Amino acid sequence: MNVLDVTGLTVKSADGRALVSDVSFTIHSGARLGLIGESGSGKSLTALAIMGLAPAGMTVSGSVVLDAPGLVRTEVVGAAERHLNGLRGRAATVVFQEPLTALDPLMKIGSQLAEPLRRVRGLRGAALRTAVIAALEEVRLADPGRIAKAYPHEVSGGQRQRVAIAMALACEPALLIADEPTTALDVTVQAEVLALLDGLVSARGMALLFISHDLAVVAGVTDDVLVLKDGVAVESGNVLDIVNAPRHPYTRELVGSARQLDGALDWSPR
Amino acid sequence: MTSAILEARGAGFAYRRAAPVLADVSIEVTPGRGVALVGESGAGKTTLLRLLLGLMRPTSGRILFDGAELSPRDRVQMRAFRRSVQTVFQDPYSSLDPRQRVGRIVAEPLRSLGLPAPASRRMDVAEMVAEALRAVGLPPDAAHRYPHEFSGGQRQRVAIARAIVCEPRVLLADEPVSALDVSTRVRIVDLLAELRETRGLTVVMVSHDLAVVATLCQHTAVLERGRIVEQGDTAAVLGSPRHPYTRRLIDSVPRLPPRASQARS
Repeated sequence: MNVLDVTGLTVKSADGRALVSDVSFTIHSGARLGLIGESGSGKSLTALAIMGLAPAGMTVSGSVVLDAPGLVRTEVVGAAERHLNGLRGRAATVVFQEPLTALDPLMKIGSQLAEPLRRVRGLRGAALRTAVIAALEEVRLADPGRIAKAYPHEVSGGQRQRVAIAMALACEPALLIADEPTTALDVTVQAEVLALLDGLVSARGMALLFISHDLAVVAGVTDDVLVLKDGVAVESGNVLDIVNAPRHPYTRELVGSARQLDGALDWSPR
Repeated sequence: MTSAILEARGAGFAYRRAAPVLADVSIEVTPGRGVALVGESGAGKTTLLRLLLGLMRPTSGRILFDGAELSPRDRVQMRAFRRSVQTVFQDPYSSLDPRQRVGRIVAEPLRSLGLPAPASRRMDVAEMVAEALRAVGLPPDAAHRYPHEFSGGQRQRVAIARAIVCEPRVLLADEPVSALDVSTRVRIVDLLAELRETRGLTVVMVSHDLAVVATLCQHTAVLERGRIVEQGDTAAVLGSPRHPYTRRLIDSVPRLPPRASQARS
């Protein structure tokens, strides 16, 4: 079964420029796909279009079908906002790049995390408080009691991203979209958060759409990738095949650059 | 042994009534030997760079320029210092004045340093600007355009042109490529390597990107919580790290899968 079926997705700006052109891909339930491209390639816009969240003024055409177990199979493009709200979180949800802007700065972390738990699982009172702590423990935050009482600015970037992941998981989504989830983090924290994400996605059997500009990061998380350039899918396939034998000139350039930097880290005697 | 152009000797910095953000840091910048300051956010990399730039004064220890203590009140010394030591910042979108044409932006260090001196006028300002733009691979007509007309990578080239226009000996760069896409990043790294060769520029760089550091700098200092935990030849520090923190840093870098040929062997 395909959790996500994207066919001929096109997003045009208000002045008619195509920002995403005729992109198609599918994700099976429990499968993983990497979406790779540089700034302006349309990666994030694709993610927003899947959630039915393309910015005002943009026109979306083509088809995005979300089909999560226990929910009605839904065509997202052109669907009513009211209808989409029932899907967001449960069918698919997003972890964004910058957790400082993704979290409400005026609300304690515990209260923010309680919202999806209340909405999706219908928990109240003591049961809700227990669930909040459990959710924070699941993303391996030490001292969840303190974190729940803190405001987003009072915890570190890595901790904030763990909270954002906990919020995304609280809805028990069939598809998790991670949009550059570790780009804003330090490299050691990035390694920890990637390992956490990897473990949680496997444990829950979620499907994952992982968006990044970093080929090395994507290669560590997903088996298949789709390469976007200027809104066009130029190449797709197994990540090892693409890294070893890129076919499209753009992919070759991308892999070449990544190789050049990666090669500088080979310490074996030169 | 060549003497250091810039040196931090037991330098530390603390904000008032707070724990020090930098403690007892000693590091030398000698001609032709690029230095990388590596560490995570909050490790004190940028604070150290600011001390070396004379933008902040250490609260303990000293910063030496050509062997003499750097003192921001000594105008003669500061002129020589600004002539010798220039900087490039991380974000090419915020470090260029949007209301000035690129030619004027690049000429700014010349204006503030009163260069070229009227007596020895080999080149005029416009020629020096054109020369700097050529050195960073921008077309001559770039001088007449505004920053917003350029991409991020080109803007970083403008920032580099501004830094090298007065022919400094040392370039201090704070995460010069971390805001750029990977292919652009490689091009800017190549440009910095080229300038190092052609202009004898010594690059001091703050970065969390070990691959960039390994490409550009011969000397690496690893900072953790305001202290240098390890420093030495880049190949030695990153190749056979002694400190556990350095090891953790290196192990955390995401790597590409090995080439198919290597995987089979």
